[in-house]
Amino acid sequence: MSELSQAFRAAFSLLVQRDPALLEIVTLSLQVSGMATVLASLVGLPLGGWVAVARFPGRRLAVVLLNALMGLPPVVVGLLVYLLLSRSGPAGTLGWLFTPQAMVIAQVVLITPIVAALTRQVVEDLWQEYAEQLRSLGVSAVRAIPTLLWDGRYSLSITLLAGFGRAIAEVGAVIIVGGNIAHVTRVMTTAIALETSRGDLALALGLGIVLLLLSLLVNAAAQLLSDVARRAEG
Amino acid sequence: MRPLRLLLLLAVAVAAPAATRADAPFLVLASTTSTENSGLFAAILPRFRDKTGIAVRVVAVGTGQAIRMAMRGDADVLLVHDRASEERFVAEGYGIERFDLMWNDFAIVGPRSDPAAVAGGADAAAALTAIASRGAPFLSRGDDSGTHKAELRLWAAAGIDPVTVSVSTSGSWYRETGSGMGATLNTAAALGAYTLADRGTWLSFRNRRDLVVQVEGDPRLRNPYGVIAVDPERHPHVKAREADALVQWLLSAEGQAAIGAFRIDGRVLFHPAAQEDADSSR
Amino acid sequence: MSTSILPLELDDLGYTVRGNTILRGITVRLEAGLRTVVLGPNGAGKSVLLRLAHGLLAPSQGAVRWLGEGAAHARRRQTMVFEHSVLLRRSVAANVDYALRVHGVRRGRRRALVARGLARTGLADLAGRNARVLSAGEQQRLALARAWALEPEVLFLDEPTAALDPAAARAVESLIESIADAGSKIIMTTHDLGQARRMADEILFIHNGRLVEHAPAARFFAEPRSREAAAFLQGELSW
Repeated sequence: MSELSQAFRAAFSLLVQRDPALLEIVTLSLQVSGMATVLASLVGLPLGGWVAVARFPGRRLAVVLLNALMGLPPVVVGLLVYLLLSRSGPAGTLGWLFTPQAMVIAQVVLITPIVAALTRQVVEDLWQEYAEQLRSLGVSAVRAIPTLLWDGRYSLSITLLAGFGRAIAEVGAVIIVGGNIAHVTRVMTTAIALETSRGDLALALGLGIVLLLLSLLVNAAAQLLSDVARRAEG
Repeated sequence: MRPLRLLLLLAVAVAAPAATRADAPFLVLASTTSTENSGLFAAILPRFRDKTGIAVRVVAVGTGQAIRMAMRGDADVLLVHDRASEERFVAEGYGIERFDLMWNDFAIVGPRSDPAAVAGGADAAAALTAIASRGAPFLSRGDDSGTHKAELRLWAAAGIDPVTVSVSTSGSWYRETGSGMGATLNTAAALGAYTLADRGTWLSFRNRRDLVVQVEGDPRLRNPYGVIAVDPERHPHVKAREADALVQWLLSAEGQAAIGAFRIDGRVLFHPAAQEDADSSR
Repeated sequence: MSTSILPLELDDLGYTVRGNTILRGITVRLEAGLRTVVLGPNGAGKSVLLRLAHGLLAPSQGAVRWLGEGAAHARRRQTMVFEHSVLLRRSVAANVDYALRVHGVRRGRRRALVARGLARTGLADLAGRNARVLSAGEQQRLALARAWALEPEVLFLDEPTAALDPAAARAVESLIESIADAGSKIIMTTHDLGQARRMADEILFIHNGRLVEHAPAARFFAEPRSREAAAFLQGELSW
């Protein structure tokens, strides 16, 4: 109990003092995970939409695979991206290992399946409802994908939030490819891991509380925007 | 629909700078969690940067992983604590030359209740023998780190194979955490187990609970750190000039003084070793 | 204008799903100009017939053929309005605009076509409203506006007023009349006798998956030739 109250005190003082080091890692966390979510959406939304409406042999297998990939272990993703970006790896000449770019790539790999799998479900449900109407209007299945994505936008915004949430909360992948370098690749989760390994559990938990607040803030902002959008549509 | 587009733009605006961060000159230093966690790098590296303009990006992992990282060409300088593997690293052509940089020591830490009755001893091998014979819980890093390798050398000196003994006796008192020093200390504190800890991590570790230093001072507990620049002939992309500057600075009187001046609670964590070699006092 | 896709020939059309025969042996030829009403009790197979003709379902047996010279363009020259039409989650105007865009109408022309389409269906005041919050009658009028904007040569309607109250149903009926007068061939299903009397030029009477009668509306209502049709007109088969 005393450790918990210490943690809350640590979180509180971190927030009140607006610690510049904290601000730096919060900013980097938001940037890396935000960028990863944008990129994962660019791939995952159309991919999920395509699997939802396309009919091809092995489609059921693809759906199962996509759903299974939602459970990709971050450490495995981190290792794969590490081997890819390592100087001795195929993309080593980029020199991206231990940079925010590497962390973005790892998170994109991690959350694209989440975005795609959840999108597939949303779009497929919608397609059930829309298929006859759209075909009657002369819309092909592939042409229907952007229509369905747009009409499913409110459900899909949750999909993106789920992806963002997973990205900003994971530590296994970014600590391997980012290296947790102070001022360069240290984000909320790797900072928490570091403080834990230093035995400063209160500070680690305090940072965890800040991360939770951050997540809360992002979700509240998204909800607010979504409500405004709905109202604007009448 | 406007707000949704706005959200997208906002996301891109927030996210974009991460990819376009301007890079000042820097190098990557592969080192160990024990040195990073102690706060040593944060204390001394800013001086190096002020002097040379070179930022040092420290990636802290276990010694084994750090060495493999450097072998793949993913680091420019290696700073670890396992002399045998360091020398192999150089012999196999990955590093230019190994230099003694500094040393600290290991200590056997354990619960205040001291179930193996080893407190106050100065013979590490004897202490391990006592722990094994009492079947008192002992946590091994089990992660191929410098500390792990030092621990295995101590068991060898005691003539005990802890894994076999632990299996053959009733309880499995010998457990591998497969984690870093900090995580292992956290576990030891929770379980009331003995473990081998490096002095740097121990002194800066906050979650000791009931753990205290039980055995220290054995010459076999000495923990030497070496520094090696990765050989550009092996990995042409490494920042040889910056790496050399860092190695030279660490070994210089200024760098050595900075290491010696780093203290926690008034205690020296790392003793400079380069000067010592010069006057060969030990 | 371009050449016609009509007449439409259904040749020994049958549809079976999981061993249940829904339709069988439907052979009929539908000509341009006439308003065709597919009539029959619930469950007779009217909706399936319409979907087969429109190409939303693939027949288990037989064939659907467009016999006109423009048959190659049949797909784009026909559309359908459903009992519960799906409106896109966007504004009323955007729903009409969407259909035009899909049909390759250039942006510059669309604005005027949307405005005209909404004006002639009485929806102009609702142009900016979210389509999903309209009343049922307004939604169906929008579905008609959207279909009409495409100026289809053939407009299929599947029970277009079944979900509406009488006043809204009348409004929809009169819109369908206007669309027919503007030159679209109407093929609609209904189980509402009054509606069939008001709107049909010819009747396809379907019962138990078979085409029982194909007759001019006046004759059909005056003297049905089959027992089933007679019973249906007596009101005995309607439910």
